[in-house]
Amino acid sequence: MTVPTPAAPPSGAEPALEVENLSVDLNTASGTVRAVDGISFAVRKGVTLALLGESGCGKSMTALAVAGLLDPVAEVAEGAVRVGGTDVLRLGRAERKRLAGPVLSIVFQDALTALNPVQTVGAQLGEPFRIHQGLSRRKAREKAVELMRTVGIPEPRARARSYPHQFSGGMRQRLLIAMAVALGPDVLIADEPTTALDVTVQAQIMQLLADLQAEHDMAVVLITHDLAVVAERADNVAVMYAGTVVETGPVHEVFAAPGHPYTRGLLDSVPENVDRGQRLRSVPGSPPELTAIPAGCVFQARCPMARDRCAEERPALTPAGPSRAAACHFSEELASA
Amino acid sequence: MTATPQDPGPTAQDPGPAPQDPGPAPQDPAAAPRPAPRPARWWTLLGGDRFAAAAAVVLGLVLTAALLGPVLLGDAAERQDLRASLRPPSLDHGVLGLLGTDVLGRSMLARLIDAAGTTLSVALPAVVCSLVIGSAIGMWAGYHGGLRESAAMRVADVILSFPSLLLAVVALYVFTPSVANLVLILAITRIPVYLRTARAEAAELRSRLFVDAARTFGAGSGATIYRHILPITLPTLLTVATVDFSFVMLTESSLSFLGIGIQPPDVSWGLMVAQGRQYLQTAWWIAVLPGVAIVITTVSATIIAAWARLATDPAQRWRLTAPRARRARANRGETPS
Repeated sequence: MTVPTPAAPPSGAEPALEVENLSVDLNTASGTVRAVDGISFAVRKGVTLALLGESGCGKSMTALAVAGLLDPVAEVAEGAVRVGGTDVLRLGRAERKRLAGPVLSIVFQDALTALNPVQTVGAQLGEPFRIHQGLSRRKAREKAVELMRTVGIPEPRARARSYPHQFSGGMRQRLLIAMAVALGPDVLIADEPTTALDVTVQAQIMQLLADLQAEHDMAVVLITHDLAVVAERADNVAVMYAGTVVETGPVHEVFAAPGHPYTRGLLDSVPENVDRGQRLRSVPGSPPELTAIPAGCVFQARCPMARDRCAEERPALTPAGPSRAAACHFSEELASA
Repeated sequence: MTATPQDPGPTAQDPGPAPQDPGPAPQDPAAAPRPAPRPARWWTLLGGDRFAAAAAVVLGLVLTAALLGPVLLGDAAERQDLRASLRPPSLDHGVLGLLGTDVLGRSMLARLIDAAGTTLSVALPAVVCSLVIGSAIGMWAGYHGGLRESAAMRVADVILSFPSLLLAVVALYVFTPSVANLVLILAITRIPVYLRTARAEAAELRSRLFVDAARTFGAGSGATIYRHILPITLPTLLTVATVDFSFVMLTESSLSFLGIGIQPPDVSWGLMVAQGRQYLQTAWWIAVLPGVAIVITTVSATIIAAWARLATDPAQRWRLTAPRARRARANRGETPS
C-alpha cells in the first residue's frame, strides 16, 4: 500500500488542495503574532488528511485561512493555497465567490451557531443553489429536501419547515454537512465536526462524512484533537504544534512509530495504553505563548529528549522514509528507541 | 367548567374530590393537538393574544376611519353651526353630536375622523421613510464596518446633535409648512434612530458563524444582509418603529401646536389639542378627546409591536400558540415540556 506523503505528493496525481508555506498573522491588542508559521500539506481527491493538535496550535486558523474567513482578526502573511491548481489567496472577490461552494466548502464545529436561528432549514439548505445555480425558491427547496434525505434526516419534507433550534445536536451537524456538500465540492474542510457531540452520534457523523466523501470523491481535511477519530477515519495525518507542522505521514505508520517526540507524547497520553491504577501519562507543560515562540525548536521546553542543539537551531520538516517527514533533529534516534 | 353541570357535586358522601373533578378536563385539549408541522398563520397567532387582537382592531378602526371617513362624512367636519357651539358629548343630537361640538359648532366626531387621516398621512410616511432608509444604511454600515461604518455613524451623529424638534422648527420656518415638508423633516430627524440600531445589530451579527457559513458558499454581501441580517434585525427595528410612530405623532402635534405644522383648515389631532387648550376649563372635550385618540393609537401600536416581536421569533412563537394553561405555567418561569 503506497500512500503518498502529504508534504510531497508524487507527480501525476494532482492534489485537490495544496497548502504551501502558509503563514497567518493574528492581530491582537498587544501586536501581531504569528499563529500559523509556514505550514505545507496537500490532499488528493478521495483522501482524508487529519490536522491533529491540541487547542491553540493553529489548526482552525489554517482552516479559516483556506476558506478565506480570516478577515478581520487575522491575515495571511505569506504562502499559497492552491485548490485544483489555482491559488485562491490571489483571486479577486468575485472569482473567490464562484469557487466557494462548488469547489471548496467547510463544516463548522458548532452547528447551532452556524445555522441562522430565524430561517427554516429548508430555506437555508436551499441558499447555495439559489446563489450558484440561480434556482427559484421552490426548486431550491426541492433540492434542500433531497439533501436532507441524503444526510439521513427522517421526514425531510416536513422537517424542512422547522427551525434549527427544533433539531437535536446530531441532526444539526447533519444539516451543516448537507449545506457544505450541497454543491458537490472537491475539497471539504471539516473543522472539529464531532467535538460537540456524544460518542454514538460522533460515529454516525464520521460515517456520514466518509459516505459522502466516497460519493463525491472529495478531498477531506479533518481538523481534530481526537486521536481515535484520526486513527479510524484519516489516511494521512499532519501533527501540528504551536503553529507549525511537526510530523506528517500515513496515519498507521505515524501512529506505529512516531518520528517526533510530541507525537509520541500525544500517543502515550491515550488512557487505553495505561494499566488500571497507574498514573495517566501526559505531555508536561503547556504550549509556548504565541508572543514568545523560542528561537530553536518550538517543542524544546516540553521535550523529554531536548539537548543544546534544540535551543539553537529550529529543525526543518525533513523527509524520513518515502512518505513521511518529521521536524526533529533526533527523529531517527526516536524511531530506533 | 363545562363539566360542573354533569357533576352531582353537592352529594353529602363525597364532597372532597368533587371540585377537583373538572380539573383534568380542560387539560385534555391542551395535550390533544400535536404541534402542527405547518407554522401557524399570523391570524392564529394574533388570536392567541387577546390584547394584541384588541389593539389590532383599534388600529384597524383608526385606519378605516382615516381612509373612509372623508367619503362617508362629506363636509360634516367643516360645517359650522354657531347655535350648536360648545355642546358637550351627549346622545341627544344624533351621531355627529355624539362627542359634542367645538366653538364653531362643528361636530367633534367628524373632526376627529378627519384629523385621523391627516395625522396618519404625516406619521406613517415619516416613519416608513426613516425606517427604510435608516435601517438600510445602518445594516450596510454595520455589516461592512471600517470606513463605511465611521462615515455613516458620523453623519448620524451630526443629525442627532441637533434636538429634532429644534431642527424641525428651524426648517419649517425657512420652508413653507406643508404636509410634504413636515414628513421630510420628521423622516430626516428620525433616521439616526434606525441607523444606530441597525448598525449595532448588524455589527454583532456579522461575526456570527452562520454569516461566515453563508460566505463559505459564496453569498455576496447584499444577499447576506438580506437573508441573514435583516430577518434577525427586523423585529427590533419594527419595535423601534412603533415607538417612534408615537413619537412622530407627538412631534407633529407639537409642531401644529406651535403653528408651524398642519395649517388650518386642515386639522390633525395635535392641532385639535392645541386649539382646545383655551377652552379647557369650559369645554374639556375639545382638547381631551383628540388627546385620548393619540394615546389609544400609540398604545395599540406598542402592543402590536410587542406581539410582532414574539410572532416573528421562531423560538418564541410557541408562546402564542400554546394553550393558556401551559402559557401561564411558562410565564411563571417553568420551561415547556
